[in-house]
This record gives sequence, structure tokens and C-alpha cells, in this order.
Amino acid sequence: MKCTEFLKELTDYLDGKISDNLRIELDEHLHWCHECHVVMNTTQKTIEIYRDNKLYELPEDLRNRLHQAIMNKCRDSKSGKKSTH
Amino acid sequence: METIQKKAEEGITSELALVQAAKKGDLEAFSELVRRYDRNVFRIAQHITHNEEDAQDVVQDAFLKAYQNLEQFQGNSKFYTWLVRIAVNEALMRLRKRRNDRTVSLDEDVETEDGSIPREVADWAPNPEQNYGTSELGDILKKTIQGLSPGFRTVFVLRDVEGMSTEETAEMLGLSVPAVKSRLLRARLQLRERLAKYFKSQKGGDGQR
Repeated sequence: MKCTEFLKELTDYLDGKISDNLRIELDEHLHWCHECHVVMNTTQKTIEIYRDNKLYELPEDLRNRLHQAIMNKCRDSKSGKKSTH
Repeated sequence: METIQKKAEEGITSELALVQAAKKGDLEAFSELVRRYDRNVFRIAQHITHNEEDAQDVVQDAFLKAYQNLEQFQGNSKFYTWLVRIAVNEALMRLRKRRNDRTVSLDEDVETEDGSIPREVADWAPNPEQNYGTSELGDILKKTIQGLSPGFRTVFVLRDVEGMSTEETAEMLGLSVPAVKSRLLRARLQLRERLAKYFKSQKGGDGQR
């Protein structure tokens, strides 16, 4: 297996969505190819870092303000609908 | 295992129950749906627009549109999938406005091979994120993901940050499953390549362990 072939399967490999046969081939490639091993590990780490350090958390006070605004708009649109009937 | 499955089923049922109640005009039920998903919608909107003001507008408009069009929601997909699809469209519209570029789309830069062939193959330090403070790390992660095209970063956020399946992501973005897969691979590889600058092992230079 060539490195380019390994890379093509990388996403499914990391997601555990490949057949046993293909996994054996990919594992064998990883066994001797240091570069693909590093790429696989660091890609996995990239995913974990983004998953574990969620960016853009919604602050609670802003959340409450947005919620209020949304519900007001919904209420208005509802009463608007009613008045047209 | 059984309890997890049971819980998941309950979650789906009660989401459906909330949607049905909201359809009948129960505003409290809709309010509960807002509470359930507002954080996710905000995060997705921020990732697409890179602008907090726009993201706030997206959250408001997406929920309002969902409410106004609730009748059209058929229940074939999850409410959340449908909601995110609305939010992504709103976010892309705002990104186009802000950039003054009507061509901004999920297909942008999709043909480039940039970053898809790994050049950076040095190993990273163990737990490299621990070398940075929380806010510094946050800045690095934001700056890095912002460098990706909208299509790539949106797929990455939905799949890898929000934990959606490939099929759900495809439905949310109106893309095919193979299109999601190819964007995800390239997004992951591009992020990895760019993060290497910060997370590379500092021990010695090349071959000097």
C-alpha cells in the first residue's frame, strides 16, 4: 500500500468505519511507515483538541437575552398571523 | 448499553413531542427547543461567520424561521438537523454580506489540493495543548480553523466538534455523503498541518534526539 492510498482511507480509519480486511492492510502500512503513523496520530490529536476545547461557548447572560428576543419575535409573529385571519 | 439506547429514544420522542406541541401553538414547547439547541446553533454560526454580532443574529433568525415554518417540518429528519440547515444558510448569507461577495458558498476552494498532502511529518509533543494557557490555546484554535474555507470548516465543525454523523452532516449542508467525506478529510489534514507549527515536538532539531 502506498502512502497516498493510506491517506485516502484515513478519515474512515479514524472513524472506525472500515472493513476488517482493510484495517489489517492499513495497520500493516502504519507498522513500517513512520510518516503515515505521525500523520494519523497528529490528525487524531487535532480532532481531539477541537472536540475537547469547544470554542465559542455562549455566555449565560447573552444566552438569556437571545432567548428573550427569540421568544418575543415568535410571539409577535404569532399574533401577527392571527390578526391577518 | 440498554439505558443509553433508552435515553436516546426518550430524547427523540420528547423532541418530537415538543415539535408537535409547538406546531399546535404551544410557545413553551418551542422555548424548550430553543434552550436545547441554542448553544450549538451559536457555535456553528460563529464558526461560519467569524463574527459574534452576525452569530447572534443567526441564532435569532434561525429559530424565528424555524418557528414560522414549523408546519413545513415533516418529521422525516430530526428537528435539530432541519434547524441547523436553516442556521447554516442564514450564516452563509451573512458571511456573503460581510465579505460583499455573493459567491461565498460551501463549494469554495473545494478543488484546491492545498494542505491535503502532508508536508509536516514531525511528531508532536505529548499533550501539546498543555503548553498553552486556556485563552492562548483558544486563540490558536480559532485562528487556525478560520483559515479554512467555509465548506471545510463547516463540515469539520458539524462532524468532529458537534459529533454529527456523515449522513446527518450531508443532510444539514445539502451535500452528498462523498462530498462530506472528501471535505472532512481535507479539513482534518489542513488543520493538522497548520497546528503542527504550535504543537511540534520541541526536542532538538531534525534527527537530533
